[in-house]
Amino acid sequence: MSLVSNTTVLLGKELRTEFRSRELLSTTVVFILIVMVLFSFTFDPTAEESRRFGSGLLWLAFLFAASLMLQPCFLREQSNDTLSALRLSVQDPFAIFLAKLAANTFFLLLTELLLLPVFAVMYNVPVLPVLHWLFLVFFLGSLGISIAGTALSAISAQARMRELLLPLLLLPLLTPILVASTEVTAALFDRSPYVEWKGIGFLAAFDVVFLTALWLFGEYLLEE
Amino acid sequence: MKKNALGAVAVVLLLGAAAYASFFIAPTDVKQGLIYRILYLHVASAWTGLTAFFISFLANSLYVWRRQRRWDALGVSAAEVGLVFTTVVLVTGPIWAHPVWGIWWTWDARLTSTFVLWLLYVAYLLLRTLVEEPDRRALLSALFGIFAFLDVPLVFGSIRWWRTQHPQPVVMGEPGSGLDPTMLRVLLFSWLAMLGLMTLLLWQRYRLEVMRGEFEMVRHEAEAS
Repeated sequence: MSLVSNTTVLLGKELRTEFRSRELLSTTVVFILIVMVLFSFTFDPTAEESRRFGSGLLWLAFLFAASLMLQPCFLREQSNDTLSALRLSVQDPFAIFLAKLAANTFFLLLTELLLLPVFAVMYNVPVLPVLHWLFLVFFLGSLGISIAGTALSAISAQARMRELLLPLLLLPLLTPILVASTEVTAALFDRSPYVEWKGIGFLAAFDVVFLTALWLFGEYLLEE
Repeated sequence: MKKNALGAVAVVLLLGAAAYASFFIAPTDVKQGLIYRILYLHVASAWTGLTAFFISFLANSLYVWRRQRRWDALGVSAAEVGLVFTTVVLVTGPIWAHPVWGIWWTWDARLTSTFVLWLLYVAYLLLRTLVEEPDRRALLSALFGIFAFLDVPLVFGSIRWWRTQHPQPVVMGEPGSGLDPTMLRVLLFSWLAMLGLMTLLLWQRYRLEVMRGEFEMVRHEAEAS
């Protein structure tokens, strides 16, 4: 029970910290916008082409944005010297991770949903008919990115060159997420959209595997 | 010292025998001709690389559990040796693919996941260079090594299901696939020889790492006093 209540309190803290400044959200939104515009120069964004390349573009933009967005996750605690206090205040350090990854999933999902209409307009992809399915893929994909990313940002925060290190550690690890969610999204963008259940199951499996790993090993990541 | 030299000689003999077997004992492939003989280097290196990464994963787990320096030393040594073998795979793969499939690089499941695996272990070694304090370096890299190894089946699965247009596994694949029994025996023998080479390299690298750790400790003490 204490895990749930601890997590809720910490999640509240994460959300309050972010919504006071909205630094992360605004920079991530702008970053994804820039990537979307720059990508449009690499191919001709007609409806047909976008159906083929759009989903990959979208997920690559999300992945890169996430690797930037997850940086301050533990860095903030470290530069404010609040990590020890945080650890002392909870019974199970997993609560810290749970709160952080919930907050990160929420931020990512929020930026993704904010930018989806922009993407749909710029790249001529109709998203309204499959919106609920897109939401599911975005949720499972962002959850996976956040689980792995929160764990790795705890690692990279303790190293030198942390800003460069996190993408190096994170992006290859997220290959399965990129492949599966691109595939599912492409199926939804198809002329006759269909749901790629195998991909959705795969994303869920990724989330479960890494959540279990984080639960098992999380406390070691925060050792002083 | 004598033991090491003896081991090295044994490995060289084993590798020579494997090379002889793969050139003269294994029959020539009906479709691919001579070029297929690179299989004995390519596949044997791939399996050996995976074995080394598995050893690294075990050592990483043992380090997190037991916190003994030697497991950290074994973890990094196995990762480095595994990287050498995977590099051989990534180089011989295109050399084989070009005459047979007509292109250097196919985004085939095994080739691509080997590449991602290679990147993950490069990241593991990079991470080690960026953490100063030895205990912290050992713990953080061990944890990353565990995450990376857990990722391997997922990487392979995702690429195999969605991104591959290429041959199904031949050894241990679906029914109907399979190697000629002599070819399989030669392949297994080549793997054995490669495992011998891996053990030799691993042992030397491990000893070097242990010595390096001792040196670091002595230097710390000297600087402290």
